[in-house]
Amino acid sequence: MTGRRRTIQFTLNGQPVAAEIGVHQNLTELLQDRFGLFGARESCGQGLCGCCTVLVDGQAITGCLRLAVLVDGSDVRTIEGLSDGETLSPEQEAFIESGAFQCGYCTPGFILMTRKLLDENPDPSDDDIKHYLSGNLCRCGAYPEILNAVKLAGRKRAALT
Amino acid sequence: MADRSTTTSVGHSIARLEGRDKVTGRTDYIYNLRLPSMLHAKACRSPISHGRIRAIDTGAALAMPGVRHVVTGEDVKAVLPEPYYGPAFHDQPILALDKVRHFGEPVAVVLADDPHIAESAAQIIEVDYQELPGVYDEIEALRGQVIVHEELKPAGTFADLKHLAGRRDTNLALDYHLRHGDTDRAFAQAEHVFDHIFSTQQTMHAAFEPIVALADMRDGRLTIYSSTQSPSFVRFEIARLLGWPESHVRVKTAHLGGGFGAKVYVKAEALAMALSLIARRPVRVALTMEEQFYTITKHANTVRIRSAVDKDGRITGRKCEVWWNGGAYADIGPRVAQKSGFSAAGPYDIENVDIDSFALYTNRPPAGALRGFGIPQLVWAYESHTDIIAGELGIDPLAFRKRNILRNGRPQAVGSIVEDAEFEAVLDDVARRMNWRGPFDKGSGTLLRGRGIAIGFKASISPPPPSPIVSVQADGSCIVHCSTVDMGQGSDTAMAQIAAEVLNIALDSIKIVHPDTDVTPYDMSTLGSRSTFHMGHAVRLAAQDARGKLDAMASAAGLPEGANTPLADLFVKTFGMRAGTIVGAANYMPEYAPPNYETGQTPKVTPFWMIGAAGAEVEVDTQTGQFRITRLVNVCDAGKAINPAVVETQISGAAVMQLGFTMTENMIIEDGQLTNPSLADYKIPGFFDLPDAMENGFIEAEQHNGPFGAKGVGESGTFGVSPAIANAIADAVGVRITRLPITAEAVFRALRAKAGNPLGDA
Ligand code: FES
Ligand code: FES
Repeated sequence: MTGRRRTIQFTLNGQPVAAEIGVHQNLTELLQDRFGLFGARESCGQGLCGCCTVLVDGQAITGCLRLAVLVDGSDVRTIEGLSDGETLSPEQEAFIESGAFQCGYCTPGFILMTRKLLDENPDPSDDDIKHYLSGNLCRCGAYPEILNAVKLAGRKRAALT
Repeated sequence: MADRSTTTSVGHSIARLEGRDKVTGRTDYIYNLRLPSMLHAKACRSPISHGRIRAIDTGAALAMPGVRHVVTGEDVKAVLPEPYYGPAFHDQPILALDKVRHFGEPVAVVLADDPHIAESAAQIIEVDYQELPGVYDEIEALRGQVIVHEELKPAGTFADLKHLAGRRDTNLALDYHLRHGDTDRAFAQAEHVFDHIFSTQQTMHAAFEPIVALADMRDGRLTIYSSTQSPSFVRFEIARLLGWPESHVRVKTAHLGGGFGAKVYVKAEALAMALSLIARRPVRVALTMEEQFYTITKHANTVRIRSAVDKDGRITGRKCEVWWNGGAYADIGPRVAQKSGFSAAGPYDIENVDIDSFALYTNRPPAGALRGFGIPQLVWAYESHTDIIAGELGIDPLAFRKRNILRNGRPQAVGSIVEDAEFEAVLDDVARRMNWRGPFDKGSGTLLRGRGIAIGFKASISPPPPSPIVSVQADGSCIVHCSTVDMGQGSDTAMAQIAAEVLNIALDSIKIVHPDTDVTPYDMSTLGSRSTFHMGHAVRLAAQDARGKLDAMASAAGLPEGANTPLADLFVKTFGMRAGTIVGAANYMPEYAPPNYETGQTPKVTPFWMIGAAGAEVEVDTQTGQFRITRLVNVCDAGKAINPAVVETQISGAAVMQLGFTMTENMIIEDGQLTNPSLADYKIPGFFDLPDAMENGFIEAEQHNGPFGAKGVGESGTFGVSPAIANAIADAVGVRITRLPITAEAVFRALRAKAGNPLGDA
């Protein structure tokens, strides 16, 4: 089970990196164990909740289902890459201002999906938002606040451009 | 920053202190913690619900490269002679001994440096079971044909369980009885008598940060890192198991990724401790979402409820029998049977009430606390029943409730006078928001519409008292040491607001230290919506204590009263330099009296009452049974809110969670096996499960003994949801659903039965 290992190279939040990883390990483990990034985190482990959302080559994927070796050569973005920690992104600000979380475990996934959604559709309707975010779950049930946060993030982004 | 410029903090919707960490992915959940040289534990779990363990063959697992240890119940027993734990009964073995009592019970554990190796090895442990018949239903469990525990072993902490010690051949883990007035006479004289049975299904918390504990045992000292809601209790119980002084056990926690009651009392900590004791290395026990289904759940239950009603539509008597399906280990189930059981007759002013509430062992995964502590299962029964009565008497459901509702100054059935409980105002607010007295479109053809309301209530859990420390630093900033666990409810922010208000300092100069039993003083647990009231009160008193000392310093330094000298200057004036710490401390012990065993009566059952009501509008397709919730209104009595935005989010989140328990969530056991321990087959609410319109609110009220008039509200939003929906469906299409969950199939079957054309069994 420890089996084969491979060294891969990819871009992580804008920086070129390399890591050795077991061929059976998933992307969440790669980010956590090799890079200490815990924003993508495991909950259901089955691709159902979206807590482990990561952007790979611009696509939102679930880290728990993606083998780590497959990101070799890819551009990987995580919640940690969304801001420098000092200045927050408009999506992050909007989630705080709208109170769009309770425990926060699902929040990085929702924020990355919001970023993707607004990149594709700067002015989404309620229905667009629900559809786009329907693959992410929040056990604290912060959905009404998340809906508001996405709309607020859209307005914040519009004001910036 | 830390000047005593006038700050008003309490009563404002301040963003959560930890917001930045949460949106940047940096929150320090214990699930993310790794310790140097730690081992990963993976359990081999029982594939049957009830059976004797004949033999365990660990040979193949142990031979797998990378495996360090394979540990069985007998190995645990070799180092801990009495390896049983539990808050009410010492009935739960750290790893199964002799018998397994539920599907998914841990039987053996593999320890390895690599979690994947541990997992593969756990799958090749061979266990030989002699399967026994199981009991899954609470009513069958009462008959006692299958016995789950040979002998009852109460923990000794609760007086009303002591008489059960040594009892054999029973599945009854507690019987609670309440007698108020003369119920038989009320029924004999009644104009109308109603008699119904309702039931709920087994569900679970699905906290997104799964249950996790790391134990680091070395040199007679143990540190446990756990996503627990009860650090003080974990320390108590682990020290008891080890026979150590509590000072040698340290329990640390952090922000929790949800709790909802799953993480109260001991969960993974005892196992982590035993494994670290055996392996002499730090051990991480991190459950998966699947394993949470086997660990702790919400009680299924059955309620028989009967009412005597007079000719004016007043309820004169009620008899309730409640059977709680506690699963294989008692956990806190007996408390659910008593602490919630006494309210089974509902928030009504009824002169004559009998309640019998029974906690039962079955072969289901253990049941414990889940957001409401049994109350939503009771409200489901009494508010469905109440609606049926109103319907049969031809009285408007709101008017019927108002005619019978409890009012302040009147005794509840448990014998305690109700105070600061705004039942009627909450009902009125729901009615107002729903425009109850206005016209309502009932739909037409095959799409029919209806609406319903429901109201529930709960007592808080009282002693023992929390005792936080509020310390003021020499620059005027402040540190609050308290053992309340922030699992998403926003308690860090609320405590900081309270300390800021009392000390009159800026909120951002306050730090909340997360529970660490070496550092933060005792608190029973973060549960039952008790923290804002109990800990909030104690933090307020501790801050007042600190403030009193600061005022004394000011007068000793010869400063005129009200000079409002910056705190940093005050320290310099007193100590000659910017140095020192002023420590404020307090205990807060509210009034409480335990119930009498025979009658269940007590003059002071709770320091405050929680109240939640809901109104639902639905649209039902009579051809399929499919229904849509077009509107859901949820209103609670929150006293005076410390942080209105956080309160509203709590109410809304509770309602969303209860929607899952109402519509989709159901742990299905077939042939002794849990068939759906996965979010794929156990469906929790997502965006598309929300009602078309959702409104959450609270009424302005004041809890006279609460901190700044506040009371707890974390559970109240769950109370009314399920029966309000069932009542709305009944209003729309005239069928009554008596079991949760309310599925389209259940509605369709009821419609067909009503049409005299019932469907066969599925
Ligand atoms: S953990 Fe990956 S989707 Fe749930
Ligand atoms: S905020 Fe807790 S799971 Fe979403």
